[in-house]
Amino acid sequence: MIDLLLGYTSGLLLFLGCFFMLTGAIGLLRFPDFYSRMHAAGVTDTLATILIIAGLMLIAGWSLALFKLALIMLFIFFTSPTASHALARSAQLCALRLTQTPVEKGPADAPRPVAEASAPVSKMEAAEGT
Amino acid sequence: MLNATLIALLVVMSLALVRAIKGPSIHDRILAVNMFGTKTVLLIAVICFTFGKPEFLDIALVYALINFVSVIGVLRYFEFRNRNQNGTRNGSEELASD
Repeated sequence: MIDLLLGYTSGLLLFLGCFFMLTGAIGLLRFPDFYSRMHAAGVTDTLATILIIAGLMLIAGWSLALFKLALIMLFIFFTSPTASHALARSAQLCALRLTQTPVEKGPADAPRPVAEASAPVSKMEAAEGT
Repeated sequence: MLNATLIALLVVMSLALVRAIKGPSIHDRILAVNMFGTKTVLLIAVICFTFGKPEFLDIALVYALINFVSVIGVLRYFEFRNRNQNGTRNGSEELASD
């Protein structure tokens, strides 16, 4: 009974970790700006890591592997926000180039909603055509 | 569920690699490589439970340490290189703020 409960709980934790991880990866790939990409990666990274390692800890049971997993989780819990902060600070120090590129891209990005608005029209036309 | 986690980790790592190859600036690449390293630690930990080899957890622990130190080192390198390239004005401001 308790083994079944542990199995279901670890499966749920692993599933939630996979979900947050995939969300962060899609955000890392799809967001337009560096800082929003860093937001997507940095926020989900710590949470997904902690969820997956907690799921593995439930599988491991009382053993040395539990202690090692706790060490990994503690280490990532402290270093992942630190790495994100150092990355943001370094990007801000190099911001002379980084902030120039979004400002220059601003007018170029403006026609994008028009392109997105035209997409449903073409879909509707395709639907009418069929 | 462990196998599904393994597949999801591989998918996430491939997406991070795509961003590391495509990334317009150097910081995008560093961000993607940092994410790739964290997911590698998780992959080693999950492989340890999939194949039943508890020794792999030590490798995951060491990989987490090396990943953090390498990311900080690369960031410091580009930070100082940028300071030296931008001349004395920016450098003096940064030194004063430090």
